[in-house]
Amino acid sequence: MNAQMNSVEIKNLDLHFGAVKVLQDLNLTIGQGEFLVLLGSSGCGKSTLLNCIAGLLDVTAGQIHIGGKNVTWAEPSDRGIGMVFQSYALYPQMTVEGNLSFGLKNAKVPKDEIAKRVARAAEVLQIEPLLKRKPAALSGGQRQRVAIGRALVRDVDVFLFDEPLSNLDAKLRADLRVEIKQLHQTLGNTMIYVTHDQIEAMTLADRIAIMKGGRVMQLDSPSEIYNRPRNLYVAEFIGSPTMNMVDGALAATQFSSPLGEISVEGYAFDGGAPDATPAVLGIRPEHIASGAAAAQMPIRLDSTVELVEPLGSDTLARVNANGAPFWVRLDGQATLRPGDALPIGFDPARIHLFDKASEERL
Amino acid sequence: MDAVSAHLDGPQGPKPRKRFSRNNIIIYGILGMVALYYLLPLYVMVVTSLKGMPEIRMGNIFAPPVEITFEPWVKAWSEACTGLNCDGLSRGFWNSVQITIPSVIVSIAIASVNGYALANWRFKGADVFFAILIFGAFIPYQVMLYPLVIMLRELGLYGSLWGLVIVHSIFGMPILTLLFRNYFTSLPEELFKAARVDGAGFWQIYFQIMLPMSLPIFVVAMILQVTGIWNDFLFGVIYTKPDLYPMTVQLNNIVNSVQGVKEYNVNMAATLLTGLVPLVIYFVSGKLFVRGIAAGAVKG
Ligand SMILES: Nc1ncnc2c1ncn2[C@@H]1O[C@H](COP(=O)(O)OP(=O)(O)OP(=O)(O)O)[C@@H](O)[C@H]1O
Ligand SMILES: [Mg+2]
Repeated sequence: MNAQMNSVEIKNLDLHFGAVKVLQDLNLTIGQGEFLVLLGSSGCGKSTLLNCIAGLLDVTAGQIHIGGKNVTWAEPSDRGIGMVFQSYALYPQMTVEGNLSFGLKNAKVPKDEIAKRVARAAEVLQIEPLLKRKPAALSGGQRQRVAIGRALVRDVDVFLFDEPLSNLDAKLRADLRVEIKQLHQTLGNTMIYVTHDQIEAMTLADRIAIMKGGRVMQLDSPSEIYNRPRNLYVAEFIGSPTMNMVDGALAATQFSSPLGEISVEGYAFDGGAPDATPAVLGIRPEHIASGAAAAQMPIRLDSTVELVEPLGSDTLARVNANGAPFWVRLDGQATLRPGDALPIGFDPARIHLFDKASEERL
Repeated sequence: MDAVSAHLDGPQGPKPRKRFSRNNIIIYGILGMVALYYLLPLYVMVVTSLKGMPEIRMGNIFAPPVEITFEPWVKAWSEACTGLNCDGLSRGFWNSVQITIPSVIVSIAIASVNGYALANWRFKGADVFFAILIFGAFIPYQVMLYPLVIMLRELGLYGSLWGLVIVHSIFGMPILTLLFRNYFTSLPEELFKAARVDGAGFWQIYFQIMLPMSLPIFVVAMILQVTGIWNDFLFGVIYTKPDLYPMTVQLNNIVNSVQGVKEYNVNMAATLLTGLVPLVIYFVSGKLFVRGIAAGAVKG
């Protein structure tokens, strides 16, 4: 592997808090200028991993390399990282300018250089009019900009974000998300971004690492994660509403379940079609056709509408097909009522099959 | 009024509160009585300290002074006899000042750094250290009195002001460390992490990040220590010698002196003088305290 190409490399990382094993044998390689998102449910170890990379926690075992240097034992300030926290963590008694320059003063950067860098960061983030204010006199969005600025002035290779937008309201979150993406395009730094917001993950990431219980379940591009989830956990985690799952048994290309016998001819198996195994079939709500369009699909089912959730742009409906519940995404103009009959159908190319026992993709 | 609200009537606006409800009368009655109970002795002291001896001998302790005199106050401050010398409480006052100021500063300085290290740096053995310290808070003083005498004697500090300062600092340590540790633990941890990423070290974080956010807890610690040390009697008697006795010990010597007539007015004035410092501290820092909390409450 070429050290120049990789910005951050993590090898066999373990972190235990006493008997609690938070990170276990974690390996991760992040390319120069890559935007990596760590996604996972609460408590899966995302912040812990980020703190390890930042040097704020001592690792139990393993190595961390940043920019080709082994920084496993290095101080946080010597690692070439900048970090942005969920709670902003601005120093309340310092002005915005003081907040931005604190790290540079500690690093004994000359005064005029500090002024230059603060001015540049303030310009990039459009916080110039706020430089003389204290954090208490800023709005949430402005505070988060200052927090990003504090990482920006340090001129580092790697930015670490720990859920930077989760304290903001929906509108501001969307705005700042776009700004962070633009910032990444302008600066070209490596960014590691923790979130449990799928939309943030899908829109920002070059690659997403889905974590569970201190392990990486899948590390891939957003489209790969969406289209070819490696296992049941990833499949259920990504997508809203979640993927519909049907338990059954697979024999060659024949899937038998309460829905009846379904031929999955056309599904791209990872290895080859297994002989016979208990399996789970998954299909996303947006990949289910309904009404007239269902007739074109290789797999067709009759169903009854149970529940309708109009969202404006589209409508979600929970339907019942042979006793199995399905969520279906319909056009926003659809006029359905509970009790209506609705033919549904889908294409085997769009389904996902998982081994029931190992939960791995088939 | 439109059609919808035409038929809506009944209560509106804020709910009226009865000023003289039964509950209120009971609550204020009890509060008033308790306040009176506590204020009465104070009243008697102030009144008595302003009377001359002839007036006191008439025996009416609740009566206000017929003729106000400040003679007892002057006497208590500068003339009353305390054992060997007869220069009043003034000597004890200055002794107490010289004991209290360094003790408060030293104990708070050390305890705040202890608390900060325990809360934020989680060094190896921090929990054990903390447990031992807390245990120290529960050991009765009596057990440690004599060993400390020996230790101070070996250090050559027995009977000196600095010896007493050391004793006060040691005994203040457990509770103050606990106080500071808990306060620093309650500050957002991410602030500390951000400062570390910004390259600040142990002392830089302490002085530049933690201290400016901790005014309230420093005021609390100061109130605790000033009143505690000023009011101390036991350590003052044990670890100093008569020239250096703190004010409380001198007060005792004045009030309990056996020769001559009991000068109640002087005794009352002396007692009030001794209690003045904690009283002033409460009044002054009470305001500071509230302001400190308000300043600290602004989230970063
Ligand atoms: N100091 C600690 N001692 C013991 N266990 C801890 C400690 N800090 C974190 N943990 C545990 O480690 C696990 C991972 O915590 P972490 O903060 O990394 O989760 P997270 O993925 O960031 O979650 P969230 O999305 O809620 O922020 C949790 O189960 C947590 O209980
Ligand atoms: Mg977290």
